[in-house]
Amino acid sequence: MERTDDRPDQASPPLPSLEPIRLVDQRGRRVDDPVHHSPDHAVLLRLLRGMVVGRRFDRQAGALARQGRLAVYPSSFGQEACQVGGVLAMRADDWLFPTYRDSVALVTRGVDPVGVLTLLRGDWHSGYDPNRYRCAPQCTPLATNAPHAVGLAHAARRAGSDLAALVMMGDGATSEGDAHEAYNFAAVWNAPVVFLVQNNQWAISVPVRKQSRAPTLAHKAIGYGMRGHHVDGNDAAAVYAVVSRALADARAGRGPAIVEARTYRMDPHTNSDAPQRYRDDAEVERWRARDPVDRLTALLRAEGRLDDAALAGFTQEGEELAADLRERMADEDAPDPDELFAHVLAAPTAQLTEQRAALRDEVRKEAGHG
Amino acid sequence: MAETTMAQALNLALRDALAEDPSVVVYGEDVGPLGGVFRVTDGLTAEFGEDRCFDSPLAEAGIVGTAVGMAMYGLRPVVEMQFDAFGYPAFEQVVSHVAKTRNRTRGRVSLPMVIRVPYGGGIGGVEHHSDSSEAYYAHTPGLRVVTPSTPADAYSMLREAVESPDPVVFLEPKRRYWTKGEVERGTRTEPMDRAVVRRRGSDVTLIAYGPTVATALETAEAAAAEGVGVEVVDLRGLSPFDDATVADSVRGTGRAVVVHEAPVFGGYGAEVAARVTERCFHYLEAPVLRVGGFDIPYPPPRLEEHHLPGVDRILDAIARLQWESRWVSPGARAGAAGEPLPVAEVGA
Ligand SMILES: Cc1ncc(C[n+]2csc(CCOP(=O)(O)OP(=O)(O)O)c2C)c(N)n1
Repeated sequence: MERTDDRPDQASPPLPSLEPIRLVDQRGRRVDDPVHHSPDHAVLLRLLRGMVVGRRFDRQAGALARQGRLAVYPSSFGQEACQVGGVLAMRADDWLFPTYRDSVALVTRGVDPVGVLTLLRGDWHSGYDPNRYRCAPQCTPLATNAPHAVGLAHAARRAGSDLAALVMMGDGATSEGDAHEAYNFAAVWNAPVVFLVQNNQWAISVPVRKQSRAPTLAHKAIGYGMRGHHVDGNDAAAVYAVVSRALADARAGRGPAIVEARTYRMDPHTNSDAPQRYRDDAEVERWRARDPVDRLTALLRAEGRLDDAALAGFTQEGEELAADLRERMADEDAPDPDELFAHVLAAPTAQLTEQRAALRDEVRKEAGHG
Repeated sequence: MAETTMAQALNLALRDALAEDPSVVVYGEDVGPLGGVFRVTDGLTAEFGEDRCFDSPLAEAGIVGTAVGMAMYGLRPVVEMQFDAFGYPAFEQVVSHVAKTRNRTRGRVSLPMVIRVPYGGGIGGVEHHSDSSEAYYAHTPGLRVVTPSTPADAYSMLREAVESPDPVVFLEPKRRYWTKGEVERGTRTEPMDRAVVRRRGSDVTLIAYGPTVATALETAEAAAAEGVGVEVVDLRGLSPFDDATVADSVRGTGRAVVVHEAPVFGGYGAEVAARVTERCFHYLEAPVLRVGGFDIPYPPPRLEEHHLPGVDRILDAIARLQWESRWVSPGARAGAAGEPLPVAEVGA
């Protein structure tokens, strides 16, 4: 028989701090945090390398979009500390549930950049093997990937694995019903999931103030009985430290968490957006001074851990990735119309087989007239 | 052999699936100790433990969304939407992810999962407890949508649905939950995407599914008394659709009526009528008619009898199938046997 209680049977989690957790300040100086320790220099260098390479990928993808080689590109310029810090905090067997915004996260995870851009190029809806990289397809319907992560993490835990799942979502997405349901399921099932909310201040044209009256988005966690962490999303060291700790807590059975990383979307929502209609350049410039790459570069230089040669090495790596991407994206191989029918169900139906034959016929006739 | 209700047959199917395959999990609202509001999951938690059959928080999108993740990890979740109309909050997950993940990932990620939905009216339910939501699901590529009409099919089709590599929306005709029939555990009937002929007849084909199959059979009985031979086809699989069996029947009878509870406008019957017309035009002696509910929100319980298609409404439709174009009375099949049709009617 089930039993109910007359009183709450657990304590409230502590409130997240209004001031974001920070380990490195805007000028690249260390900040002490009572709970989180800075990752060591080796990790800091990996973070910097990932951000430099990731940013180069992002710039290249933006250029490809302007040239019409991508249907659209949602840039994460300015959000590299979240993209790279979040992913590097994961274990190889953890699962990532990214959105359209998180191409750099996928590249950091090791997914082939051309596979990452398959969606945005319009060749197919996703271009990599989720099982191989432990990365779900990039999700477009806001927050709907969050319950998938909860289900997968719950299934894994049930099977005795200690993997965890990291969900990426935007500030706007936290208003969606699926976000609420996923937070609640995760907490009730004690599923090993961390929800990394990249609060980049804007949901297309709508500022976060119009999404929520919560003091921080991390505060939302409290109502579900979860931990909420509010972190400086332009401080890669802090994002890495906070997400690592949250993942470790989650996999150890201490519960899921929401991590709000406060950052800024420096670019338009996508290449077809018109931000001058809704925000001031001055605001963008204010955030430019908080650049995550400059900040970590300054710290590592000040501490004598980064010389020109090392930085040039990272830059060179980025250039090579960009050159390879340009070359491979120039390939104009047309996608195969037959494939439209190949994956609808496990086995072809009579109707789909018929329709495939009809389309083949159309294609053949068009080619004949061409 | 023991007579079993459809609800018990479904219960047996879940029981056998849980016993045979450790990757099967059953969850939803009140499906645990209570056994579901219709008792379809009765005793499963006791027998298999909380780990295999459990109550989840009350959130349909969350239930279906978490099932997607579980299926990605290799489980075979069987989730329950408590009632048809309460499945709507999950609709985005169903349409955007359940149906599309295999295609999105080029076949690399399949989602073997079953979404059970008690559907349809006739149980005196207040608002939101009697919808026929099949057309919404059937319109979505990437799903298999099936609905049994007998206890034996309920058992067999649910077993098959759980084993399917594809996501299956399993529509349970709730007013037939208490219908009895013989069920032998482990026995499979026809594959779930195959239509079957429930009754042979030479004059007209009634095409029905789920709750209206029994109504169609009753109608056939009544029509037989008047000398009309009614063939009854039970679709079973709504998507994909068994064109061959349906067309074969209609070519034999030359007349067809589709029967469902849902509003006729934009309903599943429109698809059936169109497919039959496309394939059987030269065999048809009358337009394919649709008999269903009116184009109204589902009525309150004290009025639902006026809404649901019954024997009389179906007989009326049969009577409108241009029998005057035949030399002989219904009951002795004309046309197919080569009897000449009246000239005036041929081109009509
Ligand atoms: C369910 C849903 N509604 C609307 C959209 C259209 N849309 C795409 S991105 C976006 C803004 C999302 O903002 P946020 O969650 O803050 O993420 P960001 O794009 O800033 O990374 C909207 C409204 C969508 N993709 N999904």
